[in-house]
Amino acid sequence: MHRPFVFALALMLAMLAFAAPAFACGGLIGPNGAVNLLRTTTFVGYHDGVEHYVTAFQFAGGGGKFGSLTPLPGVPSSVERGGAWTLQRLVRETQPIKAVSPLALGAARSTDAVEVLLTTKIDALDITVLKGGGAAVGEWATAHGFRLPADAPEILDFYANRSPIFLAAAFDGDAAAARGQRVGDGTPVHITIPTANPWVPLRILALGKQGNDPVQADVYLLTDRKPALLPLARGDNGLTLAYDRTASVSLLNDLRSDAGMGWVPTNGWLSQLRIDTTAATLSYDLAVDAQGHSPSRVAAGLETPGAGDPTPFALTMLAAAMAALILVAIREQKRITVPA
Amino acid sequence: MKRLSVLLLLVAAAGACAPAAPREVTIEIHYSHYSMSQVDVPAGVPVTFTIRNDDPIDHEWMVGDLAMHERHRLGTEVVHASRPDEVTIPAMSTRTTTLTFPVPMTVEYMCHLPGHEQYGMVGMLVAK
Repeated sequence: MHRPFVFALALMLAMLAFAAPAFACGGLIGPNGAVNLLRTTTFVGYHDGVEHYVTAFQFAGGGGKFGSLTPLPGVPSSVERGGAWTLQRLVRETQPIKAVSPLALGAARSTDAVEVLLTTKIDALDITVLKGGGAAVGEWATAHGFRLPADAPEILDFYANRSPIFLAAAFDGDAAAARGQRVGDGTPVHITIPTANPWVPLRILALGKQGNDPVQADVYLLTDRKPALLPLARGDNGLTLAYDRTASVSLLNDLRSDAGMGWVPTNGWLSQLRIDTTAATLSYDLAVDAQGHSPSRVAAGLETPGAGDPTPFALTMLAAAMAALILVAIREQKRITVPA
Repeated sequence: MKRLSVLLLLVAAAGACAPAAPREVTIEIHYSHYSMSQVDVPAGVPVTFTIRNDDPIDHEWMVGDLAMHERHRLGTEVVHASRPDEVTIPAMSTRTTTLTFPVPMTVEYMCHLPGHEQYGMVGMLVAK
């Protein structure tokens, strides 16, 4: 009775260890509190332990200021103007039928004080990287003119409990108009974040929306090899894997030639995730394991931090316990096979 | 006579056991929701309400009849500070107000900041 129990326990622990989610996660940008019914496009590239997040803040016209608050998976090492056509090139790669002519391509509930880690200005965007709990970041945002919607307190805590880093982007409409920016013009922003795995916060896309409001987004993910994703892109959960294959050499060459994109490797895997759902049902983020193993359920928003995601210490203890049990099991096995 | 005494005693005992409606009420606001969906208070006596806003955004606690709420749904007043039944509670702060409901009534309290009522910032106040 004792030996089978030891074997079963060792096997169970082994399965737990291999099925355990990767601990760290990466990050992405989300929209502002204002209701935005347009489809958004984002590129997340991950290579050599660094996440490159590229998105465009679109000038919607009018004067005054408006802002965007975005959770990040870690402290960015740089925030700079993004390449001019990276996002458009990705769309062309995954929608070849609608491709344009080559000529057109030129174109902690924490009340801690918030800590400002980085400030920069890109065109008409004033960008600030913050570190703090949800309440502290919310207070900072309110004090700096952001009008946070009713769901912001809960959503800010949701993200701060996973990573207390946020990027606030204030768009100065008057400055944009003075610069000659027209409605629909986008300012691409490239955020470089060293992190153990890429991560794409999707729930933030529902911020400030009513339950039945549509949420539509495209996320392009470039990794060294085929990644494992969570939640699974089943379609009925609003998440579809629209493109999933080795990135073409021409795409990688084109991406690498855009501004700030020299990091793009010579080989890679391109995934395109389409989000087509409503605000009420978008309760998850996109967790990625770039090695193709087990994405974190906490990073995906499917579990609360500390509930089911083992810490590195817990994982170490689990591995040690498993190794000890396997050793015991082997010794027991030898005792059985060697006659006394 | 003996029966009457027993009856009076029973009535008095029942009165002593019945939970008295509180004259001081604390309502917390967290994640844009009131901590109580219904508050029972005594009619005809002053009741002090303490409203604590734990959120990093402003909220309101507006008490009144349907006409009052309809007026505020369309209103443009940013801050309510001078009326005891219309209270603005800034982010991470507490406000106190005292109201007397002269007769038994049922009214609603809610936050009329954009989107907050739809998000669920509604409660019922019963004075009896």
